[in-house]
Amino acid sequence: MKKKIKIKINGKINKIDDKTKLSDLVKNLKVPLKKVAIELNREIVDKKNLNKINLKVNDKIEIVHFIGGG
Amino acid sequence: MKKDNLIISKKKFNSRLIIGTGKYKSMNECAKAIKISGANIVTVAVRRVNITDKKKPLLMDYIDPKKITYLPNTAGCFNSDEALRTLRLAREIGGWKLVKLEVLGDKKNLFPEMIETLKSTEILTKEGFKVMVYCNDDPLMAKRLENVGAAAIMPLAAPIGSGLGILNKVNIQIIRDQTKLPLIIDAGLGQASDASIAMELGCDGVLVNTAIAKAKKPFEMAKAFKNAVIAGRQSFLSGRIEKKVMGSASSPKKGII
Repeated sequence: MKKKIKIKINGKINKIDDKTKLSDLVKNLKVPLKKVAIELNREIVDKKNLNKINLKVNDKIEIVHFIGGG
Repeated sequence: MKKDNLIISKKKFNSRLIIGTGKYKSMNECAKAIKISGANIVTVAVRRVNITDKKKPLLMDYIDPKKITYLPNTAGCFNSDEALRTLRLAREIGGWKLVKLEVLGDKKNLFPEMIETLKSTEILTKEGFKVMVYCNDDPLMAKRLENVGAAAIMPLAAPIGSGLGILNKVNIQIIRDQTKLPLIIDAGLGQASDASIAMELGCDGVLVNTAIAKAKKPFEMAKAFKNAVIAGRQSFLSGRIEKKVMGSASSPKKGII
């Protein structure tokens, strides 16, 4: 069995397989890529490079989009 | 007649009314109000995606960013770092460079924290953003924002969501007289006539959210604001009469029986 690691997605702890690619995580979460921006440990990730990033323990991911606001 | 467009950073817009997309009962209601208002620009907020409830409707499914210009804002940010982070993320979503900067200083009155606002305007402008800046109705601060490269000056009429209308017309007039930048009244309007007053003062546009979203009849109010902005602009361009203390009869005296 693959080793599991804890990461934070949008402030909530999630357990995922060690070395999961960011592109796979986003796919599993069914995130509409064209409508979001992604931050990994406070740095913006170029959406073209998601498959080059292997997630590590304690990584903090933020996935944001636009909502109604004044 | 030359077309009277609102021009911000060389971009032309037909409507001088900008709509905030918060506080509506539903996205449907919001989208319909925008349509009725005729607005070309809407403000939007940047927030976390709900990753557990994927069925939640997305703003972009209701308001097409190809047809309506999204103006990402930094609502809810209380310092420069938060605001910069938010707008950099907004740009990443789809290349948005025209943004609304709003750095708040107090959770109750929601007045802008102008030192942080000024700092952020300068940094964002250097990064290539076109920054429309929510600010106090202080002419000196407005000048400083202009000096660091703001794309538009957006002074409040009154506290956000208060509906009090323009509290300090003199300050708005002074800011109008000192700047050629687009001047847009942002926040605090309560009814359509407030928008007319802003336009008659020579403002280039108004930004309205709560006054429409929380009106008993939002669609009717959206229409009222649309008309009020047009009327106020026409009135401004028509050159009003001088104010006099005494009366001046409208009918000729000659031929009185």
